[in-house]
Amino acid sequence: MLSESEPHFRQPLLKTPFHERARAVSQVDSFIPWAGYTTVDVFTTVEQEYFAIRNATTLYDLTPMVKYRIAGPGAMRYLNRLMTRDIAKLKPGRVAYGVWCNDGGHLIDDGTVFRLGETEYRLCTGERQLDWLLDSAVGFEVEISEVTQEIAALAVQGPTSCALLKTFGLAGVERLKPFELAHFLPPPSLGVAAIMVSRTGFTGDLGYELWMRPADAEAIWDGLMEAGHTRGIRPIGSRALNIARIEAGFLLPNFDFVSSERTLRLGTERSPLELGLGWLVDFQKGHFTGRRALLEEERRGPRRRLVGLDIEGTKPAHNALLYSDNSGKRQVGSVASATWSPTCKRNIALAMMDAPHIEPGLTVWAEIYLNRELVWERRMAQAKLVPRPFFTPERRRLTPPADC
Amino acid sequence: MTMAGAFPKNSKYDCIVIGGGHNGLVCATYLARSGRSVLVVEAADRVGGAAVTREFSPGFRVSACAHLLHLMPESVVRELRLGAHGLRLVADGMPTTALSGDGAPLRIDPGNPSALAERSSADAAAYPVYDARLRRLALALQPAFDTPPPRLGTSSWGDRLALLRLGWRIRRLGRGDMRELLRIGGMCVQDLLDEHFENPLLKGALGFDAVLGANAGPRSPGSVLTLLYRMAAAGAAGSSLAQPAGGLGALSDALAEAAIDAGAVIRTSAIVDRILVREDRAAGVVLQSGEQLTAASVVSNADPKTTFLRLLGTEYLDTGFVRRIVHLRARGLAAKLHLALDRPPRFTGLNEAALQGRLLLAPSLEYVERAFNHAKYSEFSAAPILEITVPTVADSSLSPAGKHVLSAVVQYVPYRSAAAGWEQEKERFTNLLVDTLESHAPGLRESIHAAELLTPVDIEREFRISGGHWHHAELALDQFMMVRPVPGAAQYRTPVDGLFLCGAGSHPGGGVMGVAGRNAARQILNGATHASHRRGRKTTPRTDAERATPANEQAA
Repeated sequence: MLSESEPHFRQPLLKTPFHERARAVSQVDSFIPWAGYTTVDVFTTVEQEYFAIRNATTLYDLTPMVKYRIAGPGAMRYLNRLMTRDIAKLKPGRVAYGVWCNDGGHLIDDGTVFRLGETEYRLCTGERQLDWLLDSAVGFEVEISEVTQEIAALAVQGPTSCALLKTFGLAGVERLKPFELAHFLPPPSLGVAAIMVSRTGFTGDLGYELWMRPADAEAIWDGLMEAGHTRGIRPIGSRALNIARIEAGFLLPNFDFVSSERTLRLGTERSPLELGLGWLVDFQKGHFTGRRALLEEERRGPRRRLVGLDIEGTKPAHNALLYSDNSGKRQVGSVASATWSPTCKRNIALAMMDAPHIEPGLTVWAEIYLNRELVWERRMAQAKLVPRPFFTPERRRLTPPADC
Repeated sequence: MTMAGAFPKNSKYDCIVIGGGHNGLVCATYLARSGRSVLVVEAADRVGGAAVTREFSPGFRVSACAHLLHLMPESVVRELRLGAHGLRLVADGMPTTALSGDGAPLRIDPGNPSALAERSSADAAAYPVYDARLRRLALALQPAFDTPPPRLGTSSWGDRLALLRLGWRIRRLGRGDMRELLRIGGMCVQDLLDEHFENPLLKGALGFDAVLGANAGPRSPGSVLTLLYRMAAAGAAGSSLAQPAGGLGALSDALAEAAIDAGAVIRTSAIVDRILVREDRAAGVVLQSGEQLTAASVVSNADPKTTFLRLLGTEYLDTGFVRRIVHLRARGLAAKLHLALDRPPRFTGLNEAALQGRLLLAPSLEYVERAFNHAKYSEFSAAPILEITVPTVADSSLSPAGKHVLSAVVQYVPYRSAAAGWEQEKERFTNLLVDTLESHAPGLRESIHAAELLTPVDIEREFRISGGHWHHAELALDQFMMVRPVPGAAQYRTPVDGLFLCGAGSHPGGGVMGVAGRNAARQILNGATHASHRRGRKTTPRTDAERATPANEQAA
């Protein structure tokens, strides 16, 4: 939030409405910039925070998520031309994950579309896209505005999140199905307005996202912490979330792909077909930007493909090059995101493979560099191509959740 | 007026051409000759588009937009047998006379440069050298007019060959001319003319042709290239300035005759509401009357903005392509003045024979540049520049006996008038133009029987050209050849299969040339199926791996 007293150039990074609360409980003072805001990377330790995602309930401040209001009689047709997915099928009160491409069928960004009403949508993206969104609006009866600063958002994720939200006072939240949204009035004692809750998230676990007025942010944070103090509620930073999202097989812009609006080098842009997002591309729904290029790509076959890897050993294959055999002579791909998965007890990674080398069950070799007290070692580790997601618990989809 | 009396009952055609302007008619004729059933739909009540003759005051008729014929190649005239279809020239090889403030006009005749010696013997000596070199350079570019421009960045041998051919023609100019082409290609025409000549009147007149119809002044970079381009087009025509009997509308009538003779059907007063798209293919048009006409191909002679943004609709196009169309520079900067006169105008120092040619009011390059300055700020100049013809001198059929018509292109008239909008400003500006003419032709004002001014806004409305630019899109380096009108539509094909462009917005551009129409027809006939082969229309089922791993049902 821009404060009145300080000119904007003295505040290179904005503070979210949760900032003061986050700073108060941050033990290691580890903040990173995200879309123009300062946000928490780690509160205590990554491990503690990660295990809270999978075993209790966590709070994650996603206010910096860029939010656009897209409204007007042409909003649905506009979104259908923008995105590769059939948005006409999205009913009011529902949320959909989707991607959009440039003319060449290369991914610009991914995001979630919330259908708030008959002719009103909200699009949440990782990066600012107003330029592309406005240029896409030529010829459509639609109004587009950025509302990032008008809405505070908090992810409440983990196996006990539903029970916690009920305790907090959101009666009926357990009936919310995955990708559904509804409005709830928190307890009157908090003195806040109604909030929107969607059963969405980036952890691949049971979880919800709360959308509220910035003025209500602290009261709701306090209320949730109070309601959850016996349930091990814990604020988390981006590092712990990153482990969870790799386990869930979710993509992160600038790690698993670079927006085609920002790439400078030829061949570094990525298509949804290459990223394994072909299920989001609906060729039957009518025209959308990139459709003709994607049809051609589908006919020809993608040049590369994002795959899941199960790598031997316990050392994450960060930035590893992948080879066809352990001589390390013929490169067949490279790792995009890697982590040790504490829940699966597997060494996993998302990797971009050159297309001809892809067969299910194929084994490749990852070149991993290890820092042993500043003595660097190179290790060739066998990696097997495995299906994604790596971790997808039943509780993610169960309605109502088990303990509610 | 032309129309095929009884069009067939069936409303299904091989090709529908939107717009019966000259390029649309040329394209329709070539398509019909190949045996295709062709329908031309024209919104106006007559064919011709911006090449029409119409009455502007009772008994007085004028070529309402374009008023000279000098760019249509001999080959088009011959192949379409326009002579047999009624085209007749009443004036050909029309001279250019530069009007001066001092009452001593300068006659510029490429065939006879000695007249220049009256003002400057150095200019008279320099002119043939200058003219010959520019013609050589223009002719090296000229063959590129007759073929679709190559696509860039493809691996197609056809595209590579076309690029090689262009490069080879430039190489074949020899070292001296090639260096000169590279040197002057990006230059402004003022620098070039200052190098060669000393007389301001001559420079003003030569510079005029570089900026006529353009959003550029003599000091704008690239204005030499637009001059070369115009010379190349004229070179391709193999002719000089000409005036058809009955005005430019008579040319359109002859083109329509040729089209009907070839088997095409022409419907006037048929306003297209939108282009019909089925399964990502152009499938016909829907008229404003609600009538639906289907066809395997739709060819648009409308300007690119009208075609894509209005008739087709952005929902069938990719955002990046729409961005390019929106950014297409297509704001008209030329107006048209028509005066009905009770007697022939008497320009100081000119006999009536000189009125057979065209008169340029652009007495120096500085005068031209100053006139341009105002247009940059959406104002009109108090001292505008004009290309004046008196078509009735050679063709008395255009006016009542003894009376005359003055037709002038007024350069640097902004699309938007900054001060009050054209409705309020029009009369003031018309008066200013008449005053300007009066100072060169005393007594003109009192002989005016009626006057009409077409601003770019009027041209937009009357001729249905978005932005009122008579070339449909600015002719400049950023909109030449393989980037005209925009990449992705520069080979007459468009991103939508079965939809083609054939108008002035396509290569090689505007002027009453007809080459875009002919090139488009050739492209449609040669490779109409090319695009669908290149893309492959079948969708293959998703791979098993993709079905099995819907891994990214993620939410932010």
